[in-house]
Amino acid sequence: MNARRDPVAHAVLLLGVILFVAPLWLVLVASTQDPATIARGDLSLLPGNEGFSAYARVLNGPVPHMLLISLGMALAIAFGKIIISVLSAFAIAFFRFPGRRVAFWLIFITLMLPVEVRIIPTYSVMSDLGLINTFTGLWLPLIASATATLLFRQVFVAIPDELVEAARMDGAGPLRFLWDIVLPVSGANIAALFVILFIYGWNQYLWPLLVATNPRLDTIVIGIVKMIAVETDTDWSAVMATAVLALLPPVVVVVLMQRWFVAGLTEGEK
Amino acid sequence: MAMLELNGLRKNFGATEVLRQIDLSLASGEMLVIVGASGCGKSTLLRIVAGLEAPSTGTVVLDGRDVTSLDPAARDIAMVFQNYALYPHMTVFDNMAYGLRIRGLSRDEITHRVREAAELLGLFEFLERKPRQLSGGQRQRVAMGRAIVREPKLFLFDEPLSNLDATLRVRTRAEIRRLQRRLGVTSLYVTHDQVEAMTLGDRLLVLHKGRPAQLATPMEVFERPADTYVAGFIGAPAMNFLPARLADLGDSARLDAGPLLHCIDGRRAGDEGTALTIGIRPEHVLIDPEGVPLRVDLIEPLGSETLVHGRLAAPGETSLVIRLAGKAPDGEILTIAFPPEHIHVFDAETGLRLD
Repeated sequence: MNARRDPVAHAVLLLGVILFVAPLWLVLVASTQDPATIARGDLSLLPGNEGFSAYARVLNGPVPHMLLISLGMALAIAFGKIIISVLSAFAIAFFRFPGRRVAFWLIFITLMLPVEVRIIPTYSVMSDLGLINTFTGLWLPLIASATATLLFRQVFVAIPDELVEAARMDGAGPLRFLWDIVLPVSGANIAALFVILFIYGWNQYLWPLLVATNPRLDTIVIGIVKMIAVETDTDWSAVMATAVLALLPPVVVVVLMQRWFVAGLTEGEK
Repeated sequence: MAMLELNGLRKNFGATEVLRQIDLSLASGEMLVIVGASGCGKSTLLRIVAGLEAPSTGTVVLDGRDVTSLDPAARDIAMVFQNYALYPHMTVFDNMAYGLRIRGLSRDEITHRVREAAELLGLFEFLERKPRQLSGGQRQRVAMGRAIVREPKLFLFDEPLSNLDATLRVRTRAEIRRLQRRLGVTSLYVTHDQVEAMTLGDRLLVLHKGRPAQLATPMEVFERPADTYVAGFIGAPAMNFLPARLADLGDSARLDAGPLLHCIDGRRAGDEGTALTIGIRPEHVLIDPEGVPLRVDLIEPLGSETLVHGRLAAPGETSLVIRLAGKAPDGEILTIAFPPEHIHVFDAETGLRLD
């Protein structure tokens, strides 16, 4: 079958592209319009005449600080999740210890509990630890990840036994083996997971909303919501410009890491 | 002096006995090949020596020191794995140097040893490459290099040639033997390939279902196999087995197919009429107008020689393979004879050799 001449496939692809691109385009267009025009509701599909003035406006406000908070939180969550899940997956995949199956199943069961379900006990724990309204409180409860642990377990289990044994013959202890062999060999998977986790962290809404009431700890996502919540005259072009700015870091991460993990995939011959 | 001694090794996995009573002693510099069909326990034996597996009972003594409970790294043993087990993200140099770095050797010493090994193995120009940029044969040599740089007391080889193509296998086989002689390192080599076993070993250990079937030099194993299993396993095509009975007070064997074969190397013990298995290798069967008729099933010309597959007319229709120099004579029926000087006599019941 010649895929180039398949009109149905093309139509479906085109529909997909439109579905994904159209909202982004609208946001971009709106950010260059005069706020009053947007408020009236006649949003044009072509860029307005305000240029990038809305960007200049929001960049002089609290937005850069919000971006920084979001970036810090997303990085802390992504790295925290990777460190914790690599260590626990390493234990489950390579060691035989009493309670190994129990530990595995406990982790597996927590997969079924989303943040929202355990949010009240989590809040109470954070409150006892005195971490409400602190930056640590933003990311700490979010760094345990059953999904990542299970994914890494699968990756580690796929490492050939002979490689493990060769390292044992070479005299590598467990931590050395983890650092020298397991981590480099799983580089591609770690990169892929980093992208997913970074975006997960970046998009956190409910937890930061609960745990931090101090405006200095507002993430960019919360910042946008707060800007809209000003009921009477929302500065829509500022909202849109902020939304575009909020989009950029995840895009940068995806683009950068994509190159990295494609290289990892082609090099990592197991 | 014995470099490696295995005393009463046994290994059970649950109720399954994988190894039963292995006693073995390797002289310094000796290369012993452990050969057997898959599942005979040969890899388990090697892994026990390496320390990757613990024996159920018995001890492993290396150079006078009991290492049974030591970690693999503490045993001064290097191993070449079947799939080479090279670290995919490290260069050839780093693959060889890794174990030395962990041992805390100086940078100069590591570089010196790795370069020397690379020179020896013809890997010098590949030192900065990653394993995936190497051919199968080169990877195999890197795996060897990783073992050599350690300068261990004992080399273990776990079917190191089984992933190579036929031509390369023959060449690498010779290389391994030369290298082992030159370095003089005591070696244990596991294979299922009888040609490797015959050509590489100073001695052979034939394992059968976890039991040592025979331990002897390759030629002795070939010429005087200890039982029907060894006789059938070593040699290609495999030895023919013919049912027979003891006759003439032990002086001869009467084949069920007819002929009476005189045991020229002496009288066999046993009652008249005891069931025997007579073994004869395909190349020793002769065409003889006076012989017994063989119905030909298949002729395989190999160029310089010809394999003839056939069945004896009666009784039992025993199938035979014979190897003839040159071409096979025409005809559906060949008449063949079994020269008494080439027969092997086994007890039909136990399969053990009778002398």
